Amino acid sequence: MTRSTQPISSPGRWPHWLHPAAVPKPLRGWVIPVMLLTLWWAAFRFGWTTSQLFVPLSKVVDTGLRMAGSGELAHALGASLYRMVLGFVIGTAIGLAVGTALGVSRLLENLIGPTFHTLKQVSLFAWIPLISLWFGLGDLAKIAFLSLAAFFPVVLNTFEGIRSVPRAHLEVARVFAFGPWQVFARVVWPAALPSIFTGIYLALIYAWLATLGAEYLLTSGSGIGNLLVDGREHFWMDQVLLGVLVVGAVGFALNWSASQLERRLLAWRGRSTAQF
Amino acid sequence: MSAYSSVLTLDPVLPTQAATPTPRPRRRLWSALGRALLAWPFPLAVLLLWQLAATYEWVPSQILPSPATVAGTFADLWRSGELQDNTAISLWRVLWGFSAGATLGFVLGVAMGLSPLTKDYLYPTFKTFAQVPALGWLPLLMMLVGIDEALKIILIAKASLVPIALNTYKGLQNVPTTQIELARVYRFSRWQLLRHVVLPSAFPPIWNGVRYGLTHAWLALVGVELLASSEGLGFLIVYGRQLYQLDVVLAAVVVVGAIGWALDRVLAVIEKRLLRWRVEGF
Repeated sequence: MTRSTQPISSPGRWPHWLHPAAVPKPLRGWVIPVMLLTLWWAAFRFGWTTSQLFVPLSKVVDTGLRMAGSGELAHALGASLYRMVLGFVIGTAIGLAVGTALGVSRLLENLIGPTFHTLKQVSLFAWIPLISLWFGLGDLAKIAFLSLAAFFPVVLNTFEGIRSVPRAHLEVARVFAFGPWQVFARVVWPAALPSIFTGIYLALIYAWLATLGAEYLLTSGSGIGNLLVDGREHFWMDQVLLGVLVVGAVGFALNWSASQLERRLLAWRGRSTAQF
Repeated sequence: MSAYSSVLTLDPVLPTQAATPTPRPRRRLWSALGRALLAWPFPLAVLLLWQLAATYEWVPSQILPSPATVAGTFADLWRSGELQDNTAISLWRVLWGFSAGATLGFVLGVAMGLSPLTKDYLYPTFKTFAQVPALGWLPLLMMLVGIDEALKIILIAKASLVPIALNTYKGLQNVPTTQIELARVYRFSRWQLLRHVVLPSAFPPIWNGVRYGLTHAWLALVGVELLASSEGLGFLIVYGRQLYQLDVVLAAVVVVGAIGWALDRVLAVIEKRLLRWRVEGF
C-alpha cells in the first residue's frame, strides 16, 4: 500500500478535525465559495475597506431584484439571447453545409480547405471593425459576427467527423448496395455525429463569447454586454457584478443543455454494443 | 494481452497498413504538388474579384480598398516600423499572459488530477469561474486594475488558464486504470509511475489544452486591445477603423491572422517532435 492511500486518521501535520478529508465529500465543494462570501461580508461588517468600488453583497442582490422587477434585466438578456440564437443558427447551418461539402469531396477540400484554414486563424474579434463597416452598428452586424463565430468550429468538426468515418463501414455499405443517400443517412451521418456535436457545442460557447464581444464593440442597442459596459462607465460595481453573474449563469445553462442534448441524442451509442 | 505487449517489451506495434504497398515516391510527390497547386485558384479568384471590384468601383474604396492599396499600406506601415512595434507589443503581452496562465493552469490541473481531495475542494469553484468567458470579466477587471498592462496580462492569463487546467485534469483522470495496475504489478515507484505511465498517457490531452490555451490567449489579446489599449495590433485595427482607413485595418488583420497561424504551427511541430514515440494507427 502506498503512502497516499493510508487512512486519514494517521497522525500527521493536521489535527484530526482540521484535516481536509474530515469534511464530508458533498460539502467540500462549498468550502471555498462560503469562505469567499464570508470574507466579502466581513470586509463590510468590520469596515476593512472604504473603497467605492467595493459594494456589499446585499447591494448586488438588491440591484438584481430591482432590475429583474423593472424588466430591464429580462429585456437585456432577451435581446442578447435572441441575437445569439439567430447568429448561432445561421452560422451552424452554413457551417454544416460547408463542412459536409469539404468532408465528402477531396477536390473541394483541396480547393477551399487551405483558404478556410488560413481565415480561421484570424482572431475572431479582428473581424468586428470590418463587419461594422460593412453591416453598420446594429443588429445586422452583430448577427453577422455571431454567425461567423459559430461557423468556424462547426465547419472544422463536421469536416473531421465525416473524414473519420471508417473505410470499412463504407465498404460494408457498398456490399449492401446502398444508394448515395442511404450511405449518407445511415453510415456517414451517424458516424460523424459525435464530432459534429463537438462542433455545435463549441459554436454555442463561441457564440456566447462573441455576443459579449459584439455588444462591447458595437455599443448600440441593449444586451447583457451593454449592461456591463454601462455599469463600468458609471462605476456601478453592483451592476457589473450582476452582469458577470448573469453571464456565468447563461454559460452554465448553455453547457448544461448541450450536454443533456448530446446524452439524449447519442444514447444509441451506449446501447449498440448490447444488441450483438 | 496483445494490447499490453508494447508496454512490456517496448516494441512498437506496427500499424497494419504498413503491410499494404505504399504509393511510389514519385506518385506521392505529384499528388502533393497537385494539392499545393489546387490551393491557389480559389484565393486568387477572390483577390481578382476584389481587385476588379475596386478598379471598377463596384463598391466605394472607403468600404473596400483594393488589394493593391492594402499591400501598399502594409509596406508603408512596415517601413515606418509601426507594424513591427505594435506586433512586438502584442506578442510581448501574449507571452507574459500565456506563460502565467499556462503555469497556473497546469499546476491547478495537476493538483486536481492527482489528488481527489484537492479536486473535491477546488473543482466546483473552478468550474463556476470558468463559466464566465474572459470577456465577461473585462469590465470588472477594468474597474479593479484599470486599463494598464496588468489588465491585458490578467485577461490573457485567464483565457489560457481554463482550457489548460481542464485538459490537464481530464488527461490525468483518463489514464487507463489497466495501465496503472500494470505499473503497480511491476512495483513502479510513484515517480516512475508518473514518468513512464501517467505522463505519456496524459500528454496528448494536456498538449491539446496548451494549443487551445494559446488560441484563446490570442483571441483575448485582440479583444482586449480593441477595447482598451493605445498600442498593439488590436489598437491598430481600431485606429484604422476610426479614421475609416480600411487598408490599415486589413493590413493589421493580415498580421493577426499570420501570427495566429504561426503560433498554432509552432505548437503542432513541437507536438510532432514530442510524440515521435507514438505509432499512429492511421
